[in-house]
Amino acid sequence: MSINNEEFRPQIVAFCCNWCSYAGADLAGSSRLAYPADVKIIRVPCSCRVNPMFILRAFEKGADGVIICGCHPGDCHYSTGNYYARRRMTLLFSMLDYVGIERGRTRVEWVSAAEGVKFSQTMNEFVETIRGLGKNVRLGDLRCKK
Amino acid sequence: MHGIGVFVCHCGSNIAATVDVEKVVEMAKLEPGVVHAEEYQYMCSEAGQEKIATAIREKNLKGIVVCSCSPRMHEATFRKCAEKAGINPYMVEIANIREQCSWIHKDVEEGTEKAVILTRAAIAKVNLNTSLVPGESLVTKRALVIGGGIAGIQTALDIADAGYEVDIVEKTPSIGGKMSQLDKTFPTLDCSACILTPKMVDAAAHEKITLYTYSEVEKVSGFVGDFTVEIRKKARYVNMDKCTGCGVCMEKCPSKKAPSEFNAGLNNRTAIYTPFAQAIPNVPVIDPNQCTKLKTGKCGVCEKFCQAGAIDYTQQDEIVTQKYGAIVVATGFDVIKLDNYDEYAYSQSKDVITSLELERIMNAAGPTKGHLERMSDGKHPKNIVFIQCVGSRCNDSKGKPYCSKICCMYTAKHAMLIRDKYPDVNVTVFYIDVRTPGKNFDEFYRRAVEEYGVNYVKGQVGKVTPEPDGSLTVHGVDLLENKQLKVSADMVVLAAAIEPNPAVRKIATMLTASIDTNNFLTEAHPKLRPVESPTAGVFLSGVCQGPKDIPETVSQAGAAAIKVVGLLAKDKLLTNPCTAKPDELRCNGCSVCANVCPYGAISYEDKLINDHGVRETRRVAAVNSALCQGCGACTVACPSGVMDLQGFSNRQIIAEVDAICR
Ligand SMILES: Cc1cc2nc3c(=O)[nH]c(=O)nc-3n(C[C@H](O)[C@H](O)[C@H](O)COP(=O)(O)OP(=O)(O)OC[C@H]3O[C@@H](n4cnc5c(N)ncnc54)[C@H](O)[C@@H]3O)c2cc1C
Ligand code: SF4
Ligand code: SF4
Ligand code: FES
Repeated sequence: MSINNEEFRPQIVAFCCNWCSYAGADLAGSSRLAYPADVKIIRVPCSCRVNPMFILRAFEKGADGVIICGCHPGDCHYSTGNYYARRRMTLLFSMLDYVGIERGRTRVEWVSAAEGVKFSQTMNEFVETIRGLGKNVRLGDLRCKK
Repeated sequence: MHGIGVFVCHCGSNIAATVDVEKVVEMAKLEPGVVHAEEYQYMCSEAGQEKIATAIREKNLKGIVVCSCSPRMHEATFRKCAEKAGINPYMVEIANIREQCSWIHKDVEEGTEKAVILTRAAIAKVNLNTSLVPGESLVTKRALVIGGGIAGIQTALDIADAGYEVDIVEKTPSIGGKMSQLDKTFPTLDCSACILTPKMVDAAAHEKITLYTYSEVEKVSGFVGDFTVEIRKKARYVNMDKCTGCGVCMEKCPSKKAPSEFNAGLNNRTAIYTPFAQAIPNVPVIDPNQCTKLKTGKCGVCEKFCQAGAIDYTQQDEIVTQKYGAIVVATGFDVIKLDNYDEYAYSQSKDVITSLELERIMNAAGPTKGHLERMSDGKHPKNIVFIQCVGSRCNDSKGKPYCSKICCMYTAKHAMLIRDKYPDVNVTVFYIDVRTPGKNFDEFYRRAVEEYGVNYVKGQVGKVTPEPDGSLTVHGVDLLENKQLKVSADMVVLAAAIEPNPAVRKIATMLTASIDTNNFLTEAHPKLRPVESPTAGVFLSGVCQGPKDIPETVSQAGAAAIKVVGLLAKDKLLTNPCTAKPDELRCNGCSVCANVCPYGAISYEDKLINDHGVRETRRVAAVNSALCQGCGACTVACPSGVMDLQGFSNRQIIAEVDAICR
């Protein structure tokens, strides 16, 4: 690939559950814990609301990485949502890996409302990994491209 | 949708400093459906809201996007504003361009670009918003308080005085908590029991308060206004209705070797016991692990002596099911285990004790009847060393990262009380910092130094070594004098860190209330909603939320109570309208969705469906919107993709994805 990693700004979608991780992101914000602007957050009520279709769609539309953040196991606001998310994402990610979307481009992370530091660290790490992997080309919808 | 308005907030300079708000407005205007966009200094202010309302009315807006702080901050404000201006409150979306953008990106170009994208995503979403109407649910006018320490007692009293029924569930045999173990209390030095016991009696006597002592919460279901809770009343083996509290059973019980929890394990209690003389209720329990009768079938002494015939070895645990509108967690704290701090010789010497143990030693009802004695040989100590911050303010995993907040003050108290009663005893305190923010706190500490001559040494202790002659050598440093110190002591007192009661994890999970990395319960907002948990209907009182002393605990307890009263005063609550909804035309009644719903909100009914002219009866999913909490688990589980979540629909989220990845 001819992309220079220095200039490469990845497109990253982060799905955050409303109760823990979105609040953790808010805390990262109010504590001024920086992470790259490449990360864009979509608020969902719970990590279990994340349909695998959303992730496929993101990759199809040009995302280079997708991360799902939820409450720690046992702490989900709806008790069990993150267990479903974990199971679904394990399957989906291995499938994606199989079709060529490397493991590093997908991630599930548990971030509580009190973990602003962890949120920022996670995002920094994730962006770093994606920068290393470069542009994602595998799932691009060719019909969408001009 | 045509008729979207976009309102970009400067938030003073919070947003405007790193986001070019004018550019955001300009770019928003180019998005499909947007007919109006403007920026303003403070959108949440009255003037800002007026701007929004005017635009809604004049431009006939159908939906709005506010680009501002987190929706967790002001979504409700802008929804109300929209509703007042005549549109459905759920036609509002927030682009979080402060917490997620201006506050974390320093580069204006980068910040602006991201703000534009976040705004674009919110516009794409609001395009697909639909009007939603909240349902209503009834409020059960009864509150549950978990934990009967001073926090729980005060909260219950305040709720009960406002006229509502309250139940206190306390896991030990008596209410009172840690405060009942304390001797005197800073900063006034009044006796702890003298101020606590009347409150305990009030709680027990209050016609609106029911005590479930020696009980634990077993299961919680439901939601704000309508919780159902199962309480396990552990078998006391003593009939509460018959027992007169005479105490003869405790006198006669031959099994006397159980460490007394109340005296911090410094002496023993009998198998049948009340934790302390003023226990409420004054009805003993039999500890099944210690009772010979329960273990081997032999003995039965207490039954023989009990005049009231209250002993019942066949008693079983009982489960009580009760409905509540609100739940308060007041599970308090414990002192940390000192296994990681063996350098202080806690496990090697009986004369190295924790501050809580010292409270018991100084207390007239304690193991030494209030005489200051060494636990090893009963001798009166001449030199006492206090070590502060044991396990507090640690930057490694050995201890806790936080300040336990109360230790500086209680050590000043202990030092002062000892010097007051025994002027012959030398008291040295090793500290990192002395922290005394609080009314009359610094004055109190200065009295310890100036009036009572307590020797404060700034510096840490590396090690305590027990000597063959029974004394202890404390190896420390004096940072101000910059020298190593070796102090000989007869007694060493460790100000051990406090931590939330370990059982709180289980409680938090049952209530789906969140806890932080240190197991303290998280508040809904650290400044503005300090006594509410993020879970509606669950409130926080006392040290379970964070370290605090008694005055602070009592204030917070009252604050939690008023929040509960505010909730119970309502007859009905509006429910979250963002609930799941199946497309009945395409649902095939496969029954997958009900399996994943944590609230049992989904059932199946045979319904007459008109499928493009074909009318037939089909089995389809039906969501009970009063039970559905809107997690969305079912929407993903549905193999036909026909279950959707209102307010967070598949199309809405995909529109956001598209807008971000455009
Ligand atoms: C050595 C020492 C000295 C102190 N001296 C002072 C002082 O001089 N002045 C001062 O202002 N403060 C002092 N404090 C602080 C004071 O003790 C606390 O502020 C106060 O006790 C907090 O009350 P609480 O009700 O939050 O917690 P607690 O007193 O811990 O009460 C919690 C209650 O909940 C119960 N519980 C726990 N888990 C469950 C469960 N799962 N189900 C049911 N019940 C449960 C517990 O058994 C307990 O009864 C001192 C603390 C220590 C350790
Ligand atoms: S959204 Fe969650 S709570 Fe509502 S019906 Fe679906 S699974 Fe149950
Ligand atoms: S999972 Fe989908 S198709 Fe199956 S019953 Fe539920 S809504 Fe209908
Ligand atoms: S609410 Fe956070 S994972 Fe379910």
